[in-house]
Amino acid sequence: MRADLTLIQDWIRPGSRVMDLGCGDGSFLAHLKKHKNIKDCGLEIDVDRIQKCIEAGVNVIEQNVDLGLANFEDNSFDTVILAQTLQALQNPQEIVREILRVGRFGILTFPNFAYWRHRFYLLTSGHMPKSRSLPYEWFNTPNLHHCTINDFDELCRSEHIKVLNRTVVDDFNRSSALMHAWPNFFGINAIYHISR
Amino acid sequence: MSIGTTARKFPTNSVGVVEPRTLHFSQPLTLRSGRTLESYDLVIETYGTLNESRTNAVLICHALSGDHHAAGYHDPQNHEEKPGWWECCIGPGKPFDTNHFFVVCLNNLGGCAGSTGPTSINPDSGRPWGSDFPIVTVRDWVHTQARLADELGIYRWAAVIGGSLGGMQVMRWAISYPDRLRHALVIASAPKLSAQNIAFNEVARQSIMSDRDFHAGHYYDYDTFPQKGLMLARMVGHITYLSDTLMRDKFGRDARFGRDLRSGKLSFGFDEDFQVQSYLQYKGETFSKGFDANTYLLMTKALDYFDPSIDYNNDLSQAFKDSKCKFLVISFSSDWRFSPERSREIVETLMKARKEVSYLEITADQGHDAFLLPIPRYMNALQAYMQRVNEEIDNEEEREIGSDVNAS
Repeated sequence: MRADLTLIQDWIRPGSRVMDLGCGDGSFLAHLKKHKNIKDCGLEIDVDRIQKCIEAGVNVIEQNVDLGLANFEDNSFDTVILAQTLQALQNPQEIVREILRVGRFGILTFPNFAYWRHRFYLLTSGHMPKSRSLPYEWFNTPNLHHCTINDFDELCRSEHIKVLNRTVVDDFNRSSALMHAWPNFFGINAIYHISR
Repeated sequence: MSIGTTARKFPTNSVGVVEPRTLHFSQPLTLRSGRTLESYDLVIETYGTLNESRTNAVLICHALSGDHHAAGYHDPQNHEEKPGWWECCIGPGKPFDTNHFFVVCLNNLGGCAGSTGPTSINPDSGRPWGSDFPIVTVRDWVHTQARLADELGIYRWAAVIGGSLGGMQVMRWAISYPDRLRHALVIASAPKLSAQNIAFNEVARQSIMSDRDFHAGHYYDYDTFPQKGLMLARMVGHITYLSDTLMRDKFGRDARFGRDLRSGKLSFGFDEDFQVQSYLQYKGETFSKGFDANTYLLMTKALDYFDPSIDYNNDLSQAFKDSKCKFLVISFSSDWRFSPERSREIVETLMKARKEVSYLEITADQGHDAFLLPIPRYMNALQAYMQRVNEEIDNEEEREIGSDVNAS
């Protein structure tokens, strides 16, 4: 399972209703179903991944997250997850609002653009940063809205969103004292647990 | 040329030769309209074997012009015979895999393929019912299907499946008999018809009823039938079942409009100039010879009337409140008669009712007809979904055997 996902499962209550935006092959929801007995709902647009979800017995709805969540009622889920997708969406601010409208809690993960190697890469080479978490060229990246941990904290402040928990890890799911001390400098991936 | 007696070899993934059977129901049935049928027959076909615990049965609900003959062949001597209407989905190794499932399909009440309907004899008059046959609704059908399940000894269906009007029956099952199905597969359907959709049905009905051979629905007495009217009705229907793209592709090389001429030149008259004209006429004519006009009227009316929300203050999600099954909803991109938007309404309603739902929007050019066709992504999805259903039944069985062992 992907590194960021192993961490966030602790934030999910057994038996709760969980929506995963961009649920991929459904393996995370299948895992939560098996170990936490959750009621699952995944949103996905990739045809092959949707098929994988069905094979895994995961409830999957073919829907583009970019077109919003208007078809879901307020508070119809306990937790809404958006893993490594925020930066690729058309309107991140709107989706964060929607996550906390549809769900009581939100769990978001994204690559921290201010990670020191990214900064160093740009500073020294003059090119858009590339790394394990940002493997794309500027012209083919799906990432439209890169953000940093500081940026996201600011968004939460301006939207009056409570940050219940924030973790920063590297690509191997490890944390360190340095990351805790200077998350926006040493953190590669940011993981947020938020609510209204 | 073969001499008539050689039996035909069927594909190995076909159920092969099947035989319909007729079940008689003598318990009176009170219909939604308030009228009562004292007794009635339902003709059914089944494929595969019912397991001992009777947990592997699936019900296929047919659409407007369908019947009980969903798969296989009736006559091994007839090399020209076409298989049942959903042959691509039913058989060994197919989505509704007869190695695992006991597949049941029936001709709905009011039909013209053997179940009691307008062509049957009205016991009160000794003549065919004709237009005196009571209007039947989706709810009435599902009621008779539940009685059929009782008769077959099936308490809970592993799945109830249907496209279009069949999908409406599936939804009604989930509403009326929440304990009696595990999975509901609602394909190319709608929570209720739109005004536009009812309008198409009205044109169909008017063309039948205005045929001079209709005789107020008692054409059997005159040894005739409203062939022209039924043909027109089907032609209108058929146009709405196809997509613009498909028609362009189908009717010629004139890439922009797909309007190939039948012969090289225009007739400057009202003959058939374009291929689409003769195609539609052929389709309409073939259909009109094998289908009963009164049944067509009844089926379109059942479509128009379907709206389970009316008993729940127009809130369909309340109707599904007690449903226990999981749902798979499927739509097709080019279907404009039962568009993806309508399927998304179903999904939204089910989510509002906090049900477990999967939804697929299959990209296909075939319009509404797509639900009957072996489109790869569609077939793969059904196959995978039903495989999970099968595993679920097997697991349940093991658990039950386990608890039996513990109890003894």
